[in-house]
Amino acid sequence: MAPSDRRNRHILVAALGMLILVGLPLVVDLITLLEVSIYIVYAILALSLGFIWGYGGILCFGQAAFFGLGAYTYAVAAINVGESTGPFLLAIVLPGAFAFLLGAMMFYGRISDVYMGVMTLVVTLILFKFINSTANETWVVGTARLGGFNGIPSFPTLNIPGDPGAVLDPEQFFYVAMAFLIGVYFLLHWLMTTHFGRVVVAIRENETRAELLGYDVRLYKTAVFAIGGAVGGLAGALFANWGNFVSPGLFGLAQSATIIIWVIVGGLGTLLGPVIGAVLIQYITTLLGQQGVINNAFVLGAILVLFVLLLPKGLAPAIMQIVTRRRRPVRSKPQRGGHGS
Amino acid sequence: MAVKGAVVLETRALSMRFGGVVAVDNVDFELREGELRCLIGPNGAGKSTFFKCLTGQLTPSAGEVLIADKPVAGLPPCRIADAGIGVKTQTPSLFNGLTVREHLALAVERHHRGAEAAARVTELTERFALGDLSARIVGELAHGQRQQVEIAMVVAADPWLVLLDEPAAGMTHDEVERMVVLIREINRHTTMIIVEHDMQFIRMIGDQVTVFHQGAILIEDHVDVVLSDARVREVYLGA
Amino acid sequence: MDFVSVVIIEVLYAIASLALISAGLAVVFGMMRVINLAHGEFLMIGGYAAIVSVQAGINIYIAMLVVAPLVVGLLGLIVERCVIQFLYGRMLDTMLATWGLSLLLTGAVTMIFGNTTTGISTPIGGFSIGAYQVSGYNIFILVAGAALMAAIFLVLKTTRLGLVARGAMQSAEMTSGLGHNPKRIYMATFTIGAALSGLAGGILAPLTGLTPTSGGLYVAKAFITVISGGAAVVTGTLSSAGLFGALTQLTMLASTPVWGDVAMLFAAIVLLRLLPRGITGRFFTRQV
Repeated sequence: MAPSDRRNRHILVAALGMLILVGLPLVVDLITLLEVSIYIVYAILALSLGFIWGYGGILCFGQAAFFGLGAYTYAVAAINVGESTGPFLLAIVLPGAFAFLLGAMMFYGRISDVYMGVMTLVVTLILFKFINSTANETWVVGTARLGGFNGIPSFPTLNIPGDPGAVLDPEQFFYVAMAFLIGVYFLLHWLMTTHFGRVVVAIRENETRAELLGYDVRLYKTAVFAIGGAVGGLAGALFANWGNFVSPGLFGLAQSATIIIWVIVGGLGTLLGPVIGAVLIQYITTLLGQQGVINNAFVLGAILVLFVLLLPKGLAPAIMQIVTRRRRPVRSKPQRGGHGS
Repeated sequence: MAVKGAVVLETRALSMRFGGVVAVDNVDFELREGELRCLIGPNGAGKSTFFKCLTGQLTPSAGEVLIADKPVAGLPPCRIADAGIGVKTQTPSLFNGLTVREHLALAVERHHRGAEAAARVTELTERFALGDLSARIVGELAHGQRQQVEIAMVVAADPWLVLLDEPAAGMTHDEVERMVVLIREINRHTTMIIVEHDMQFIRMIGDQVTVFHQGAILIEDHVDVVLSDARVREVYLGA
Repeated sequence: MDFVSVVIIEVLYAIASLALISAGLAVVFGMMRVINLAHGEFLMIGGYAAIVSVQAGINIYIAMLVVAPLVVGLLGLIVERCVIQFLYGRMLDTMLATWGLSLLLTGAVTMIFGNTTTGISTPIGGFSIGAYQVSGYNIFILVAGAALMAAIFLVLKTTRLGLVARGAMQSAEMTSGLGHNPKRIYMATFTIGAALSGLAGGILAPLTGLTPTSGGLYVAKAFITVISGGAAVVTGTLSSAGLFGALTQLTMLASTPVWGDVAMLFAAIVLLRLLPRGITGRFFTRQV
């Protein structure tokens, strides 16, 4: 794709984002706005995996770990502090740091991508099991009870920074979430245009070559993983604020699978793909929830199987291929990871 | 042959075993500044394994590798490359989804950024006659062009020591001739090791040659001496 | 003394049930390098097959040992033909597709049986060692686990089928050169792996109530056991089941079941960090 095409596309995305940010609250009712808000939070979560998988070539089976960690960090910290700004930042930093440590352990250990899938899955399971078993009232952090399988039902939600009394209403929350989505999207986009981004893509394309050029693959991958973790944590903090409730299910394998489905349906190697995938799949989930015959897991599972078999690059690259076919040969998109031995 | 400088790369009792197979057996090797050394030997002689021990792609089972007097055995490839060493692997190893220009930028950006990096990329594009290809995706290029891109990328990172594994493999006769000229030119500013099994190519390079056989060094001398050596003939033809 | 023998029985039981849970996955991973994330659902469906058969009046042992493996074996055959066969050599894609399959099967069973717990009672009563009560069914599982491992070992080591299967695992090309169709072999191996999962699901069904999401409980343990064990089917499974079974059970006796599971997961992470190709990737490298 020619650079001008790419620039036009980003202007279009930015314009569309701003239009939704400003226009949507004017045309829909509050219930719909709440529904859209959660789609936005999920879109940010999808971006976190879309970044590390689509650009970093790292398939994380436990992205839900960072999501859950962000949500719980926010909830616990907000109860202790009584306002939202510090806890919100902590909910980004802590999952990011956790991802950094986990990533460093895996990448410096030179674990193959299949075993990395296993590791991330196991870490998620540990967190789930641990949080799930903290129902006993001895499990407290400061003044916050972890609540085990009951979750944490109530905590201070987002307020205007510096003014704990000025709690955001649902409409204001929509603005915040949408602004974060636009911000994260363009931050990640910008990151990919820097030297760092170029090296990350180079590593995805050919790890050995990048290494022989003198780039420390382990460090770059760890950094990508940490950024993905931080964005996942951000989505978690927003999620906690959306429902004013966190539960161990956030760490669940089902949650991790859902994130992977968003990204694979939307498309790897793009940022728009995961956003589209998250919104589309969650919309389908909402529709399915309104009837009682066909099970949601059944449909999601079928979608995942079909996409892996028939459309492994997802919708976005396929659509772009159709759009740009006549102009230039289409640039090859990343393969998912390598193939372990 | 020019007067050679100090020893810049050295292995001491270097060995590499895979399970019960000894691929490199107790090799002592010395390379002096400014040299253009060819490593040759029949298939399975251990030259590629030896090469990978130098680049950090393999961690030797025993022995030492010294580059500029520093032990590097067991360091990851990026650390060894950081010391100013350019490596080209056996099969062209490129970033298939990126353009030629992006390849050169990645290499140049090891040491330069911004406008200077861009200027260097342009300069390299011209020097390696890659101008027409610079916006092309590398995955779409022909084999010889890919080899060319890889060599350009190796040079782009300003190495003082260049290690090439079979740079002429799969090339047409004309391409090989151009490659020889290119290698001589690169050698004017760098010290080089070239792993190759194409005898024609070795003759054209015509410098010091180290012959590997069964994981050890069989003979080390000027190409004319080596090629007339009875043992070398036996190894190549008798096998 | 009684306490010690009870602990030993409990530990052996934990090892045997881990081996049982993991056997099907181990065969499929060891022979074909396929990581089947729908493995837990195979066990769950084996359990349902056994329970439905018992409720239909079939003898419980026939239900567990014959019906369950047959049903799940057939399911495995269908899965291999419809999904797995297109993904050989693509490990990550296989993991993704089978993860989708796991959701799909959970959803399907929920639609058929509803999101409720069903179960059957164990056919063997308990007995006591001194002051301690021991479940007779645990002993049955111990025996079943041991028998299953021995059977897999014997089939792989001594029969022609095992030889061909091991050959296909080393080199599919060579095997087809010898006149065997590797596709057939893979198909058969996956079906047999599925049948083993069904068998385990059937045997374990009387122990706990079964829900459509029960697969999730099994898959993590099986997965960790098999990956940590490495590619050797029997030695790998036995060594890691031995390690994790003992660790989980002892931690559990000293604290709570949750910590038992957490200890196992932690041990798995440490183990994979130290031995990235599993126990048998490092030790026992020439075993099956």
